Amino acid sequence: MPIAPFRLFLACLVALALGTGAALAGGDLHVGNAAEPESLDIHLSSGVAEANIQRDLFEGLIAEGPDAGLIPGAAESWEISSDGTVYTFHLREDGRWSNGDPVTAHDFVYAFHRGLDPATAGSYAFILYPVKNAEAVVNGEMLALGNLGITALDDSTLEITLNAPTAYFLDMLTHHMAFPLHRASLEEHGSSWTRAGNLVGNGAFTLDEWVPQSHIKLVPNAYFHDAENVALDEVWYYPTEDEGQELQRYRADELDITYDIPADQIEWIVENLNDEYRNYPYLGVYYYGLNTTAVPFADNIPLRQALSLAINREILTQRITRAGEIPAYSFVPPGVAFYQQQSMDFEGWDQSARNDAARALYAEAGYGEDNPLEIEILYNTSDNHKKIAIAIGAMWKQLLGVEVTLRNEEWKVYLASRDEKTYQVVRSGWIGDYNDANTFLDLFVSDAGIMNSTGYSNPAYDALLENAALETDMANRQAMLEEAERIFLSDGPVIPIYFYTTQHMIKPWVQGWVDNIKDVHPSRFLSVAEH
Amino acid sequence: MFSYAARRLASAVPTILVVITIAFFMIRLAPGGPFDQERQVPPEVAANLERAYHLDEPLTAQFVRYLGNILTGDFGPSFRYRDFGVSELLADGFPISMQLGASAMVLAVAIGFAAGSLAALRRNTFSDMAVMGAAMTGIAVPNFVVAPIMTLVLGVWFALLPVGGWGGINHAILPVLALALPQIATIARLTRGSMLEVLRADFIRTARAKGLSERATITGHAMRAAALPVLSYLGPATAGIITGSVVIEQIFGIPGIGRYFVQGALNRDYTLVMGVVIFYAVLIILLNLIVDLLYPLFDPRVRHD
Repeated sequence: MPIAPFRLFLACLVALALGTGAALAGGDLHVGNAAEPESLDIHLSSGVAEANIQRDLFEGLIAEGPDAGLIPGAAESWEISSDGTVYTFHLREDGRWSNGDPVTAHDFVYAFHRGLDPATAGSYAFILYPVKNAEAVVNGEMLALGNLGITALDDSTLEITLNAPTAYFLDMLTHHMAFPLHRASLEEHGSSWTRAGNLVGNGAFTLDEWVPQSHIKLVPNAYFHDAENVALDEVWYYPTEDEGQELQRYRADELDITYDIPADQIEWIVENLNDEYRNYPYLGVYYYGLNTTAVPFADNIPLRQALSLAINREILTQRITRAGEIPAYSFVPPGVAFYQQQSMDFEGWDQSARNDAARALYAEAGYGEDNPLEIEILYNTSDNHKKIAIAIGAMWKQLLGVEVTLRNEEWKVYLASRDEKTYQVVRSGWIGDYNDANTFLDLFVSDAGIMNSTGYSNPAYDALLENAALETDMANRQAMLEEAERIFLSDGPVIPIYFYTTQHMIKPWVQGWVDNIKDVHPSRFLSVAEH
Repeated sequence: MFSYAARRLASAVPTILVVITIAFFMIRLAPGGPFDQERQVPPEVAANLERAYHLDEPLTAQFVRYLGNILTGDFGPSFRYRDFGVSELLADGFPISMQLGASAMVLAVAIGFAAGSLAALRRNTFSDMAVMGAAMTGIAVPNFVVAPIMTLVLGVWFALLPVGGWGGINHAILPVLALALPQIATIARLTRGSMLEVLRADFIRTARAKGLSERATITGHAMRAAALPVLSYLGPATAGIITGSVVIEQIFGIPGIGRYFVQGALNRDYTLVMGVVIFYAVLIILLNLIVDLLYPLFDPRVRHD
């Protein structure tokens, strides 16, 4: 999301004071939700803001608990074949759509077919590729949807066949691409099926109102299987593109939860509203990608390592980003399921030892005072990216004498430059699609095509990821992924800088909130106390 | 007058065609496309998206298709807000931007014209300097500074008015004020300048020489003439203000069409950008026409025969 241009100005304006606004009615939750949803259609959206709402409106086979842990959703139980490729789900008997119709296995088959149908043009269709023949359907090689690895054995039994044992498959089923759809209402309303009054979901809430750019209002779904435990009377989602203004609405008690906080007001928040400030690790990494397909980084591992060593990540996170980010010495963030966080050798060294090593590697790479490296850092327009790029440029210049130029581009231009690899060093970020190391590591396999924006290629790495995908023993699989990351880190096609943290302001009367790495907080587990 | 208006409208058609053509090709010249995102999609998924939105066709074919569609009033689906059509987004947002902009403009004209006239009539006095000082400040201090200060003071500290959202009159007060302030300042300055000029004009001296009271001279003759530059300014200014202000709408969370200008372009939402550009062009042409039609009421020398 582009960052509001006037945030800096807002910083100067907010003085020290506490809000005294009128209290909101009990049981209604008002949530800042970043941006106007691009779509509520589970197959057309791709953002986090949309997923937050869809998670309230629909329920997949597997759902997420208050801490984002996996819990039975539309399926009450399931079996996995011994080779790990066939999943049999038994749907709960009391599963109902918001119009009272029963939720059946056919609704899932219909939804998977639609989501993968090339005509639907779902931008996240690839998340379902572990399902047998899914990729062939999306790329048009296979036109008969009946060949997809999903079958309704009867109304309440669903069988999904995978290409290979996929350790994170259950976690993946919490993605909106894997939700069921109510076929009759889609066929009746066509492209306007997501409008209030038309949308039929199987989640804890239903869509009551949608005013684009203003708000989305949800009310409880009386047919939801766990309706008696849903406390909220209303959930309101607001697009809050401007973080400074979002904070003001929060202080005026118009919002109970903010989507984010303005980075330049963190100090004020910590000083004045610290009890309401949440800041915890998130499943994402901020890094610099190096173009390994061109000079100077092609076949020059010492140079990549030298630049990585020369970055003082502690200074960056403590002095520049200042939002509790965690300095990154690996690519996969801490706290990922079935994974031991890896680490670059120099994590334990102090910066002066790193500096010495950086100088030595820089010289080994063929550069020096007489022959300095000239390099360009590409980033998309944003104050934060700019500050970081300036700082890193200064560190490289100061320590190694690298001549750094900065190139900032507007978001879409930047994406095009990155994808066409017309860059040397590119600012990047990656948020995991599911809680598994694979979502981070498979970006860099040789045949990842455009997704592998660094052009990194190492057969040993590819083989480990390929074998891990086939491995049914979780411990073996974990060992393979960890080894792959170690190879990746020592080859250094990326320079991890920090791990993201999630930041929210949350009113003391919001109950049931549990911080978690996926930053998933289904509204069905939240409530609002009298205030 | 009617034939004049008809002629003007007819001559607007080629103008709009040129605007459409330029905008259509310019937005597509910009690097990046509507479906580029942080997470690169596999090529086959990108191909499906392009096919679904006809982006795989040659540009000229897309252009012909687009022209055909807008003739039937179909501005196409938004590429970014995929559940809505562009016509629908504009139709939903415009009344809100219209209410907001029109209120701000009425306020701005009433206050700005009065203050400007006052400053001119009391030239070089304290009132003149106070009005002009305030006006300079109003022009110099941008919206995105004024609006957050107002919400902080009135919304957060004193909790008198809502900080954001759109609903009752309460929600409109701060955004209308924030939109009107710079306009008040501009109009006051324009009025003062033209009033000073008019007061030195021969016909005012004549009116005074004939013994007309000062009040009648000012209200009957000077003000009408002094309003002319303001009137010329109002056409484009009104179009600008009622198609919304991206800053004000974003700050106050108002569901108008202002943000579509900027967001549409940033998102490469081709159809939305086109819809907004066409809408804006038509509005400017109409408002300029209205201003021109109003001119004879203020300046007897102008006639549209």
